[in-house]
Amino acid sequence: MSLAQPYGHAEPDRDPALPGRQVALVDLLDRLLAGGVVVTGDIVLSIADIDLVQISLRALISSVSTAGAPPPGDGHEP
Amino acid sequence: MNDPAAGPAGPVGPADPTAPARPTGPAAPAAPAGGAGTLTYVYAVAEPSPALDGVLAALTGVAGRPVTLLVPPDPGPGPGPGPVAFVVSDVDRPDWTEEALKVHFEDLDWLGDTARAHHRVIEALAARTTVLPLRLATLYEDRDRALQALRAQRADFAERLARLRAHTEYGVKVYVRPAGATAPAAAPGPASGLSPGKAYLRARRAQHHAHEDHYRQAREAGERIAAVARRCGAAHARHPVQRGPLAAPGPGEAGENVLNDAFLVPDEVADAFRAAVQEVAGALPGVRVELTGPWAPYSFAAGPTPPPPVP
Repeated sequence: MSLAQPYGHAEPDRDPALPGRQVALVDLLDRLLAGGVVVTGDIVLSIADIDLVQISLRALISSVSTAGAPPPGDGHEP
Repeated sequence: MNDPAAGPAGPVGPADPTAPARPTGPAAPAAPAGGAGTLTYVYAVAEPSPALDGVLAALTGVAGRPVTLLVPPDPGPGPGPGPVAFVVSDVDRPDWTEEALKVHFEDLDWLGDTARAHHRVIEALAARTTVLPLRLATLYEDRDRALQALRAQRADFAERLARLRAHTEYGVKVYVRPAGATAPAAAPGPASGLSPGKAYLRARRAQHHAHEDHYRQAREAGERIAAVARRCGAAHARHPVQRGPLAAPGPGEAGENVLNDAFLVPDEVADAFRAAVQEVAGALPGVRVELTGPWAPYSFAAGPTPPPPVP
């Protein structure tokens, strides 16, 4: 209900949703590599443009199956 | 900190001698924000405020760089929406070129450090205000180019921020618990009255049924959680299921991930949402449900409309 400590889970404070636990890298990468706004304009690059994680990283993080937005409704294995 | 009139023009790289030299850059941090050697790394869009300046001043961004607000010098033409700013760092160009990033992205240590540094900035912002996270590693030649982009997309950014206000993202992952707690190969005691072959087959069938039942429970969990989300008015996004070494479960957390969803929950029902998800989990012993968050709205920043293609 309250937002007293909504983002405290990376701190030593304990959040009920994540008791004393650092955010898992795999959950973070799910969000950082496929989420977030892809801006337009005169960008040098964003990872949306590079065909990243072709090899080793893809083996580590199956979630990075595409560099695009999270495919809606696709929760299956490739 | 974000005095729009201060400072020289943003750093202009050698690759773009045509970049306009408008004196629009906010005061650069005292750190070595040398001209040609840097790119402008953008974390997020947020509404500028003096309070945010204070938050950012205490932060370290990617590559250990200071974090500042990049505020347009004027609100722009027309009856605009609220003001928006980029949250940026100046980063060393050689480390952030496309070629360098291709290498870095294969380096899990570098990627992990960078992702966590990016996330720290986003979290600190999200604790204070509504934040629109950008895709990891969004880079402009310099602050002028970033400002141009910000101004061009101002209305869209403001609209997205308004949509995200007073909402928080939560992750819900559903795992199917392994059904092999009782190994079928375990020799039946002679007291069971069954031949070893029959006992084996019976145990095997039981395990198969348990396995099927756990998957059925996982589907049930997914449906019930979706229903909870609908009741809470939460938007729903689906990430691919997690596999591989990085997703390896910790001790006591065995199971196959079959659902990896994110929900954008209105703050006033966040507690009810979390309680209801826990309740679903508690009623289905064949599955394990992991609730993560609160998160900044990473999974919902892009919104329903795909961005126009980058020219």
